[in-house]
Amino acid sequence: MRIRVIAFNTFKEAIRDRILYLLLFFAGTSILLSRILALLTVGDRVKIIKDVGLASISLFGALMAILIGTGLVYKEIDKKTIFTLMSKPLHRYEFVLGKFFGLVLTLFLMLAAMSLIFMALVFLHTWRFEPQLLLAIAFIFFEFVLITAAAILFSCFSTPILSALFSLSFYIIGHFSWSLETLLRKLRPGPTRVLGQALYTLIPDLENFNFKTEVVHGLPLPAGMLAYSLLYGTLYTLFILTLAVIIFRKRDFL
Amino acid sequence: MATVLKVDNVRKSFSLGLIPKKKEILKGISFEVAQGEIFGYLGPNGAGKTTTLKCVLGLIYPDAGTIELWGMPHLALKAKARVGFLPENPYFYDYLTGEEFLDFYGQLFSLSRTDRRERVAGLLKLVDMTRAAGLQLRKYSRGMLQRIGLAQALINNPSFVALDEPMGGLDPLGRKEFRDIIVRLRDEGKTVLLSSHILQDIEMICTRVAIVLEGRVVSQGALRDLISQKILFTEVEVAGLPESELHSFGDCLSASSGRTLLKIHREDLVDGALSHILSRRGKVLSLIPRTQTLEDLFVDIVKKE
Repeated sequence: MRIRVIAFNTFKEAIRDRILYLLLFFAGTSILLSRILALLTVGDRVKIIKDVGLASISLFGALMAILIGTGLVYKEIDKKTIFTLMSKPLHRYEFVLGKFFGLVLTLFLMLAAMSLIFMALVFLHTWRFEPQLLLAIAFIFFEFVLITAAAILFSCFSTPILSALFSLSFYIIGHFSWSLETLLRKLRPGPTRVLGQALYTLIPDLENFNFKTEVVHGLPLPAGMLAYSLLYGTLYTLFILTLAVIIFRKRDFL
Repeated sequence: MATVLKVDNVRKSFSLGLIPKKKEILKGISFEVAQGEIFGYLGPNGAGKTTTLKCVLGLIYPDAGTIELWGMPHLALKAKARVGFLPENPYFYDYLTGEEFLDFYGQLFSLSRTDRRERVAGLLKLVDMTRAAGLQLRKYSRGMLQRIGLAQALINNPSFVALDEPMGGLDPLGRKEFRDIIVRLRDEGKTVLLSSHILQDIEMICTRVAIVLEGRVVSQGALRDLISQKILFTEVEVAGLPESELHSFGDCLSASSGRTLLKIHREDLVDGALSHILSRRGKVLSLIPRTQTLEDLFVDIVKKE
């Protein structure tokens, strides 16, 4: 109940943030620009529209999660609004989770808006509804959820600028960590491989949520792979949120 | 009287700065607040008043010592549900209107929609903010924020209210209204912890006080026990007599437009002075015996420490 109250207040706060609409505008423009890019390209124009559209949704949504998420907890402490809030009968974990769900709700709405523009654009070119695109978008949303958790974790102990840098690094590392896995496969068994394996387990692999290529090119999507990605996202998000709660629980609000 | 708040030997240090240096802010604070009283917690800036309050409200964790509310650990949600708090220089969500803001806090106490609507309207009326209910908090003045802050502290109809410098930023009329509200809260059976360095306010409404200095409670008890009732001196304002005729009774503090302010230090000289003034056809405009004030006590303690 209290988590819901905090979440709705966070949602109110986030949707009044101008940066959100700026990013939404750029995302919309970028999706629409894919049409022009398609005109300049030789080959399947619809594929280009789908590719660029999904990439735009993924990038601008992640930026929304990072730029808003990194300020959420810090702002409460910096602006001292936390004083009245935490003096109420509210567990600290409820506050962190409320902030998390509030931003997730905001991102869900933003994703819905971006998807609407994207799906409409695709529909205008193909004159048919392609539900598999929604599957790719759903996994982009799971990625946003994980990035939101990371942004909130960093926001629990550092300033918005530092948190944004950490979160951006999290996003970039997350999209390139698959190369570490490829490298590990080529390594002989030994301590280096074990160490590499441990590192790979710890750092995020956001490519687990990337089904854009499969969806755009009509490749098969095994259910096991989707289930693994879903489980991975859930567990990693829980891990990050637990860390955030542990850090936040120990904080003194000066 | 039952004890509402018990603070026992609370210590707190902070490590601040680039090269962390430990600074002890609270050095073993102990005091108790009884049911139905207005307890004044006073001290100069930086004495540790706000840190104590933050410890009580669970905003910071003490290094040592215990804090109990109604015999329960102070962090218990059951205890916190009965507490109201107004922080110093309150900062609130400036994108909310006054009404939305109070409603938000009401929801944290799981109040029903009807209860919240009633409570919010009543509190807005109590703090005289009904006219600004639909205005975003970013458009509020400091005094208005203080008023809406008090309303949020009372949203749960608390049994114990902690107020940190509540009268800061208020004009004289606002201060009087706040004092009246605090007294009304006490009359309703609520317990109030009032942290302030405005001694006049504390003296006017508090029954018991604790004076904190450099992280220690240096004096505490009932105001009437702490402040001596002995007359320190008497101030007599006289008209129609030259200053030279009054010197033998005491110090002439000021003399203008035929009026002299005489400060008589010895009580036994007051009658003599009055007889002399009347016999010389002078006029006594006012006579004020001055007993010790909380300010005198406070200054004495600070100087001693």
